Parts: sequence; C-alpha cells; structure tokens
Amino acid sequence: MAAPKQKEPFVRIVKRDSISLGKSVAIRIAAILLSLAFCAVLIYSITHSNPVQVYRSMMDGAIGTGRRTWNTLRDTMILLVTALAITPAFKMRFWNIGAEGQILVGGIATAAVMRYCGNSMPTLLLFALMILVSLAAGLIWGLIPAIFKARWNTNETLFTLMMNYIAIQLTSFFSIAWEAKKGSGNIGTINQKTQAGWISTSFLPDIFGNFNYSINVFIVLTLTVLMFIYLQYTKHGYEIAVVGQSENTARYAGINVKKVILRTMALSGAICGFAGFLLVSGSSHTISTSTAGGRGFTAIIVSWLAKFNPFVMILISFFLVFMGNGATQIASEFQLNESASEVITGIILFFILGSEFFTNYRLIFGKHRKEANE
Amino acid sequence: MSENAIELKGICKYFGKVTANDNISLTVKKGEILSLLGENGSGKTTLMNMLSGIYFPDKGQILVDGEEVTIRSPKDAYRLGIGMIHQHFKLIDIFTAAENIILGQEGQSQIINLKAVTADIEKLIHRYGFQLDLNKKIYDMSVSEKQTVEIVKMLYRGANLLILDEPTAVLTPQETEHLFGVLRNMKQDGKAIIIITHKLHEVLSISDRVSILRKGAYIGTVETKDATEQSLTEMMVGEKVSLNIDRPTPHNTRKCLEVKHLTCINKYGVKAVDNVSFTALGGEILGIAGIAGSGQKELLEAIAGLQEGDGSILFTDPATGEEEELLGKDPLEIKKMGVSLAFVPEDRLGMGLVGDMGMPGNMMIRSYRNGKSALLEQRGPRQLSEKVKEELEVVTPSISYPVRRLSGGNVQKVLVGREISNSPKLLMTAYAVRGLDINTSYAIYHLLNEQKEKGVAVVYVGEDLDVLLELSDRILVLCGGRVSGILDARTATKEAIGLLMTKHGEEN
Repeated sequence: MAAPKQKEPFVRIVKRDSISLGKSVAIRIAAILLSLAFCAVLIYSITHSNPVQVYRSMMDGAIGTGRRTWNTLRDTMILLVTALAITPAFKMRFWNIGAEGQILVGGIATAAVMRYCGNSMPTLLLFALMILVSLAAGLIWGLIPAIFKARWNTNETLFTLMMNYIAIQLTSFFSIAWEAKKGSGNIGTINQKTQAGWISTSFLPDIFGNFNYSINVFIVLTLTVLMFIYLQYTKHGYEIAVVGQSENTARYAGINVKKVILRTMALSGAICGFAGFLLVSGSSHTISTSTAGGRGFTAIIVSWLAKFNPFVMILISFFLVFMGNGATQIASEFQLNESASEVITGIILFFILGSEFFTNYRLIFGKHRKEANE
Repeated sequence: MSENAIELKGICKYFGKVTANDNISLTVKKGEILSLLGENGSGKTTLMNMLSGIYFPDKGQILVDGEEVTIRSPKDAYRLGIGMIHQHFKLIDIFTAAENIILGQEGQSQIINLKAVTADIEKLIHRYGFQLDLNKKIYDMSVSEKQTVEIVKMLYRGANLLILDEPTAVLTPQETEHLFGVLRNMKQDGKAIIIITHKLHEVLSISDRVSILRKGAYIGTVETKDATEQSLTEMMVGEKVSLNIDRPTPHNTRKCLEVKHLTCINKYGVKAVDNVSFTALGGEILGIAGIAGSGQKELLEAIAGLQEGDGSILFTDPATGEEEELLGKDPLEIKKMGVSLAFVPEDRLGMGLVGDMGMPGNMMIRSYRNGKSALLEQRGPRQLSEKVKEELEVVTPSISYPVRRLSGGNVQKVLVGREISNSPKLLMTAYAVRGLDINTSYAIYHLLNEQKEKGVAVVYVGEDLDVLLELSDRILVLCGGRVSGILDARTATKEAIGLLMTKHGEEN
C-alpha cells in the first residue's frame, strides 16, 4: 500500500468523557508548577535575582509572621465571603458582576452607622444595626438589576457592571461629605479612639495570640457551611440549579422563574453587603473607592474554579490571597514595583484557567493509520 | 478508473473509551444506492462524518475512485466529489435558491454571472427531475423544497457521491416518493448514493444493497432483493424482534379532555395553533400527525400550561365528573387544582429534565415542593429512581450519574418513568420514540398501551405514520396549525393522512 500523499493532522483535540480525581488534581498542580517555573524564568531574565529566593520571600510575605498570617487569613475570608455571595447568582446563570458595587454600598451603610451611632449605642445593638443596614444596602443594590431582568429581560451583565460605577461615585461623594480633614477627600479611620463598631482583634488571645482576626474567620466559615447546605439540600437551592440549567425545564416544573431570580439576587446582594460590613468593621475601619479592591471580580474566578463548591472555594481564596500578599512582599524586597505582584498572580491564574482545557480535553498527536488492515 | 465510487477499509474511530466505529469496511459502486442501516448510536453518522471531513479516522483507509485519499476537512470532501445532506439544512434564509447554491463556490472570476449560472443549474434540475423555483427565497420554502436546494447545491458542486442523513424524516409520503424518483434518476446517471434511514420499507424500496452496523461494528451487507423487514431488523438488533404493535380495543372510554376553538400565538408572533377543537378520551390513544412545526408543540404546551392562548381546554375529572378549565393556568396552578397530567415534551433535556443532575434530582422536578420543610426530601426520589431504573431497565453507571451523559433512549426512559410514576389521568407525549432504538421504542409503545388500559387518555404526537396507524385508536392530523382531519386509525390509510398533512386547511 502506497503511503498517503498528504499528511494527516498533526494534533487532534478529543473531549474526555470523564477524568479521575487524581488526574484532575495532578493537572492543576502541574499547571501551578509550570506557572512558577515560567515566572522564575521571567523574574530572572528581567531582574537577575535568584527565583528561589524570590519565592521564599513570597512565602515570608504571606505567612512569615503571625501578623502576616492573620492578614492573609483576613483577606482570604473577605474574598471567600464575596465568592460565596455571588455563587447562588452564578449557579442560576445570572451574571452578577456587580459584587464590587454591592460590597461598596454595604460598606458605606456600615460606615454611616459607625460614624453616626458609634459612640451613642450599646455595642450589641450597634453591631446588629450595622449588619442589618449593610445587608439591606447590598440587597437593594442586587435587587435592582434583578427586577429589570425579571420584568423587562434586560442584560444583567451590563446592568450589574454599571451599578458598580454608581456605587463608586456614591463612595466618592461620602468620602468628601465625611472627610476627616477638610480638603483631604478621605474619611480616615472611623472611631480611631473609641474603636466603636470595630470587630475585636483580640478575641481569645490565649489561643490565637494578642492580635487576631479569628471572629472574621468564624463568621465566614460558618457562612461557608450554610451556603453549602443552602445550595445542596434546600428547595431554594434546587430551584436555583433548575433555573440555571434551563428556564424551560423550570417553567415545566412550575417554578416561578421571576421569583427565583429576585430572591436569589436579593440573597447574593445581601451577602455582598455583608462582605462590605466585614471590610469596614472588621479590617479597614474606613471606606474609600478602593475598599472593594477588585474582589468582586476575583470572586468570580474563585466561584467558577471551585465549580460552585463552597469548601473548594476556601482553598482557592487562600491560594489567591497568599499569592497576592506574597507578591507584594517581593515587590518591595527586590525593588520590583507593585505591578510585579500582579503580573505574577496574573500568570499563575492564566495557567490555572488554561489547565481547565486539559481536564476537559485531551490531545492526540498524529501517529495512527499505520495499522490499516492489509 | 474503478467501478467503486468509494471504498472504506478497516475504519476505526474512538471517542475516549467509546468505540464509535470498529473496523468498518464497505463499498459503494457507481450508479448504486446503498442504504446504511443501524440503530441510534450504531455509528452511522460518525462514519459518514469521516467521509465528509468532519471527523478524522483513527485507523483505516478511504479510497475514492480506487485511489487512497486523506479527507481532513469538508473542503477536501468537496474536492473529492463527496456531498453530504445533513438533517439540519445549512442554508441562508434571506437568499434565493440560486444564491444559496452558488454560495461558497470557488470560481475563476470575481464576478458572478448569475444568469449563466442559473441556466446551468436549471439544466441540472431538468436532468434529474427536481421541482425547484430558483428565484424563491429560502424563508418561503417548505422543508422538502429546502432539501431539494441542498441536494442541487451538492450536485452543482460536482458531487459524485451523495450522502443523505435521514432525508425522509421530515417529508410526507408523497414528498418521499418524489425524492426517491429523483434519486433513481441520479443513480441512472452513474452517481453513487448512500442513504441513512430508519424506515425499513424505504430501505427496501429505494436501495440496491444494504449495509448494517450494530454498536459501532460492521455486521454485513446484503442485496436488497434478498432482504425483508424482519431479516434486516434481526441483523440490526442482533436478535429476533416482533414488529407488531399491540392495539387493545378501547373499553369504558369517557371524556377526559375537551379542547374547543383553541388558538395560540407562539413566541415569534406566529399563529401556531389555529382554531383547534377535539376531544381526548380516557382509555384510548389519540395520535397526532403532521409535518414538524404544524403546531404540535404549542398545542401540547397549551394543555400543560406553558403556552398562552384563546379558546378553552376543559379537563374532566374522572372521579367527580367535574370540568376544570386549564387554559390560562400555569403548571403549578394546574397541579394544585388536582389535575394529574403528565407531559413528555419533545425537547427532553431542554424542557423535561435537568441534564447535569442525576436521576433523583430529575425525579423530584414535579414533587420537590412536597412537605413543609425548607430542606429537600431526598429519600423518596432516590427510591423512585431505583424503581424506574429497574422497571424500565435504564442503563446508567449509578442513579446519580448526570442524565445528560446517558444515551437518548435512557434519557427518555427516565423522563417517561417519572411522568407515569404519579398515575396521571392524561398523558401527552411528543415524539416519544425519536432517536430510540427498536427495542426501546417497543418498550415505550408497551408502556403507552399499559396506560391506555388503565383508563388514561394518551395523546401521542408522532412522525412515523406507520407507527401512528398501528398504535393509535384515532388520528388527528394537523396542518399549518389547523385540524385537517380526525380519522379512525383502524381504517385510515397512510396516503389519506399524507394528503391531510399538506392540505392547507381550505375547508374547516
């Protein structure tokens, strides 16, 4: 038989029908290692520093001291709670990219209560009020696009995105209305002296040390469990999954699709508002246009990478914050500027997202046809 | 020159662990019509897709006109004179037939001389006896006209081997006859034709030889003159199958559903159901025939509470004899009224089921609200899943395996199993056996008959007229959203139904 005149395709892409857990974990680990190697080459070629040292100081920056570890945990919890917040919406295939704005309005509401009632209310009442208004603010911010979606089928992606800018403008407005020093344009630390409305950082010092964010951690981990149960085991969670899969099936099942959209976005927005409360009361004690800091977007990556599983989100949030905080450290230690950290995080994310392709498909390099029957 | 238009040798194709084609060899001679027969999932379409350049074989050789070739893309296939007519047409709606035919054609000149080209195409049309107005826009065409455009397009591009994937699924008996006439003319002219069809009587009437695939493997090729429906079925299924559908005589029928002057406007603003009136009786199977898109979908959805409309849909409760109006209610309201209605929609994964969930998640679609707790009741749906899996012989690795990954027949069993599990009074099915293998189809017919014997009013929307005539007690024919006739299935003929399917309701 004469050899074929033309070459066959060099590589073919074939969809996998299933993948073992071990293999999918291995692919992801390989992606992270590859990305670190890639970054190492990049770091070396630009700065001529030793990449191993650079990575060691990253580690140092993220969990080098007790304080740094708590900071990393605090940031992890904020990212995690935001990811939890947007998950019901995304599971319903409602593209809520407005978490940023929902966090900000929750933060403004919290800051307002701290400012105006901080020194005149009993602590318990104060916290109850802060939580309540932050939830309400986020809820309203999330509900507005949902109403328009349910009523007039507007595009929620654009709508929630635009709502972010309104929230940022509102924050700017209050930054000036409440500015600490005239003309400074920022609020400064609220209740610096009394620490009224601050979540305590010295809870159970015998166990966690004199400075800790253990309350934040407890609250968010509890929410994680609750969200898991809500999505997996409740009737609401079931309805969200059905609507997300197919609105026609939902209608067939007698589910009121509009009601589910409204209810789910109210929940999603409210938890985002709560994330705003945690940010203002539990860590920064102030509010500015950069308070949300892009977490509303990073949270989308967390939620999707975890395939909407709240427990997996813990790992992913931690990893991303770890990388971010570590990268800030190397930026200062090796006189790289701040953007260097973002470059590294970006490269690592790119590799992780890219590895999704290899968990879904496999490549076959051309080498067949030889055994054609003779 | 070889007398074989195309020759396949030892073709294999794998998708992951699934073997779609295992060492398949077959030949089509010039001037021959070969039927490719096999149940769903037997690998017919995969095999043909390798000829048309969509897939690339993992092993084996393809010879065109005696020479080995490599087909890496649809372009290569065109170049080799292989033309495939898919089930879903690839035409541009706002273009005319002629414009569609010359579209994508590579010519020497940048300027299209539409007149000269049209004259060429006209010649082709006369040569083979097509009926086609080249200046008609696609959106004005019936399905059979669109199909004609596709075939002419392939011929105009110089196809010597035509592959038709279930061309008659969307045609009336009369249109099918005409298509077969054209195919015979093409055969006389020396073209080679491969036709994929499920309808055995068509295989017998049109082809010279029949090649049979089963579960990806090549079973054999027989001369059509030596074959019978029974022998072909046995080769296809691998065992003896009885090809008779039971039709128990209805007894104790009583009125279950009465539709009066129903008119529905669908989401595109088209009057999909136009002044339809009929009655469905408990204890009988009412077949609904019609060309695809004649209003079947909207009619059933209106009854299920998923489509708005004018007129009246009255459901008679067999226990109390009370009549309830269903029109204008949503599915939840209908359920709360105590009307037990089961609906197997056409789009199984898009409407009846949730693809990413396992069987329990799908079993609870209608029942998850039961109970006051905010938590889902999981045990009942699990038990029901096990029961359906066992009774209907659903093949699945586990009940929690996503139903999207199951084969078409098993998906349908999950859906039908759930719908009949809450003992409905009215059971509506749309294309219940579409894409199912013979054994599963007969299992479904059997289930429908069981329901009928229990006194359920069964509404069966179907596309295979032979089945409709054998299974139903009465047949309602829809044409353009109107009822063009209601016939007694025991005395009606296929020709009569075929005529009613295209009679655009002048009377009525």
